[in-house]
Amino acid sequence: MRIGLFVTCLGDALFPQVGRATVRLLKRLGHEVEFPAGQTCCGQMHINTGYQRQALPLVRNHVEAFASYDVVVAPSGSCVGCVRHQHRLVAERYGDPDLVAAAVATAERTYELSELLVDVLGVEDVGAWFPHRVTYHPTCHSLRVLRVSDKPLRLLRNVRGLELVELPAADECCGFGGTFALKNPDTSTAMLADKVRHVLDTGAEVVTAGDSSCLMHIGGGLSRLRTGTRPVHLAEVLADTADEAAA
Amino acid sequence: MTTFLGMPPPTAPRGVGQLRGTVPFPHAARVAVEDAQLRRNLAHATTSIRAKRAAVVAEVPDWEQLRRAGAAIKAAAMARLDEHLTALEAAVTARGGTVHWARDAHEANRIVTRLVQATGERDVVKVKSMATQEIGLNEALAEAGISAHETDLAELIVQLAGDRPSHILVPAIHRNRAEVRDLFRRRMPGVDPRLSDDPAALAAAARSYLRERFLSTRVAICGANFAVAETGTCLVVESEGNGRMCLTLPDTLVCVLGIEKVLPRWSDLEVMLQLLPRSSTGERMNPYTSAWTGVTPGDGPQAFHLVLLDNGRTAALADPVGRDALHCIKCSACLNVCPVYARTGGHAYGSVYPGPIGAVLSPLLTGVEDNASLPFASTLCGACYDVCPVLIDIPSILVDLRRRHVDETATTVPSAERVALATAAWAMRDAGRWRRAGRLGRIGRLLARGHGRIRTLPPPLSAWTASRDLPAPPTETFRDYWERSGRHD
Repeated sequence: MRIGLFVTCLGDALFPQVGRATVRLLKRLGHEVEFPAGQTCCGQMHINTGYQRQALPLVRNHVEAFASYDVVVAPSGSCVGCVRHQHRLVAERYGDPDLVAAAVATAERTYELSELLVDVLGVEDVGAWFPHRVTYHPTCHSLRVLRVSDKPLRLLRNVRGLELVELPAADECCGFGGTFALKNPDTSTAMLADKVRHVLDTGAEVVTAGDSSCLMHIGGGLSRLRTGTRPVHLAEVLADTADEAAA
Repeated sequence: MTTFLGMPPPTAPRGVGQLRGTVPFPHAARVAVEDAQLRRNLAHATTSIRAKRAAVVAEVPDWEQLRRAGAAIKAAAMARLDEHLTALEAAVTARGGTVHWARDAHEANRIVTRLVQATGERDVVKVKSMATQEIGLNEALAEAGISAHETDLAELIVQLAGDRPSHILVPAIHRNRAEVRDLFRRRMPGVDPRLSDDPAALAAAARSYLRERFLSTRVAICGANFAVAETGTCLVVESEGNGRMCLTLPDTLVCVLGIEKVLPRWSDLEVMLQLLPRSSTGERMNPYTSAWTGVTPGDGPQAFHLVLLDNGRTAALADPVGRDALHCIKCSACLNVCPVYARTGGHAYGSVYPGPIGAVLSPLLTGVEDNASLPFASTLCGACYDVCPVLIDIPSILVDLRRRHVDETATTVPSAERVALATAAWAMRDAGRWRRAGRLGRIGRLLARGHGRIRTLPPPLSAWTASRDLPAPPTETFRDYWERSGRHD
């Protein structure tokens, strides 16, 4: 099975440790992962800000970059949500029938990390070790667009040394929303304040999630207030065993 | 694709009614989120009604099938709206009612004003109605010297305060009981000056005030939750019973009905009357459901007028993505779960239709450019879609309205945003350009000054760093790492 890593533009530029953790994790589980060098961005920011026409070349580029892989994995619920639900719409509106067919075919083979692990590879215990008190924020698009449900929690419950604490009002949005955070900074911040309060209420050292973008927002608030609580992507929590960490 | 064979249908006119705000959403929201009392009132009200709804929805085993049935009924009604409306007109006329067609708010206000004037009365009682607020009917009647008295308790609170409703179902959600007591003491004629803030005492005060009105007023104005084409029956679903007083006691009843409210068959109500109360008030069944068909000799109002209101609905229907917003049954479940609404309240939206459904419905009725900030007043978190009883995919409509806004303003002066996104799209078109763009991370690391995080950025990115840090870019992108390490970790 050829697995192509869609590292996402944000993961490439700002959070390379998340892509590295994803590769390390899948390799430990016995899978070779390739990084198609032609990839850039799924176009979600453009599409969700209204620039659908401008997103068309990005959709085309994405579909071409991943055409030859059996499976595509991304450590992001919202980017997978965009590939699965929006690429087809953009291709239908501005593209051609071939692109529509190719976009649909790529979307059908694309999985968010917890989906790949639980649904495709059939693993819930990845053998990881992460000795910290952790709370999990289910990101909106993994929860309500992909319907990953409790898959990330099932993975987290099997992590050695990890103390999982439930996040109050977990399924409420953190206020990121892509360009919403810039266009509506006051409302975004009001939402973030409540999310930060709930994270702190858990007494966790680490808040984890399946999306670097949401973690960047929550982490941005936690850091600004010098809370000492840090954001760590789900892939990083799952990446290392006790032996590897000691080595 | 949409093909217009003639002129595109007109949107709701400016200068009348309440579908447009005076300031863009982000500005109005800035004021709202800093109002501690408002935030407290909203958080309390939305949290409790969310929980009530969730509990009563969970006890219905076929809720998802009901939602699908509701969506199918509404889609079928809209697909042949013209036929259903003429059937409704025929049925209402056959039962002694009179049907009027109003292209927009101006026409509807003129029709209703003329009908009231013909009775010679100067006062009317009103059943809670979104359509009449949308068209600014009370203001139009006032200009003609006619006083409209709201009889829904929350609408009465809003009217006495000279305020605007901030929620579809709970118009005074932004007020708490202490504020209501103070208002009644100041503004309600004949009220006990020692009135307490006990909800029962407040309700009793309103009740004795309203009874006078019901018994002395001979004309009533209402909207309707549903109108059944095959029978000509209108329905009002309510909690208080004040609506039924208005619908039964006066001599003349005038109903202003948005044309999207029509249902083809009486049996469609079986689905709708299950979906609506559980979604709106979190009740298994609403206390009062009043249904009337034209005029019944010797019983209730002896003159009935039905005003069918377009006011931009045909324009919304012409939008292949947006038209689903017309399926809305005004339950307001989406407002109650919306994390944006819960923090800003309804006034920030400027329109009588606030929250997620308002953010799509208002621009569809007025044209996107008259409400251009509303489609962006959402994080696209999807909570609204999850609770919608008729499965309106609000996030997808929001995204499409954003596209319309960007496309429709493409010929005007390029904004900083347009330039930034066009540049980003150019850089992301192929991996070579994107790799070179990655070198810009060096600038970010300079801004972080070795602290690992960026604490200030110039405008427009200062909107982020005003309240949030940003991690400093890494010394090596993933792409560069992959190349350097020989394609393995």
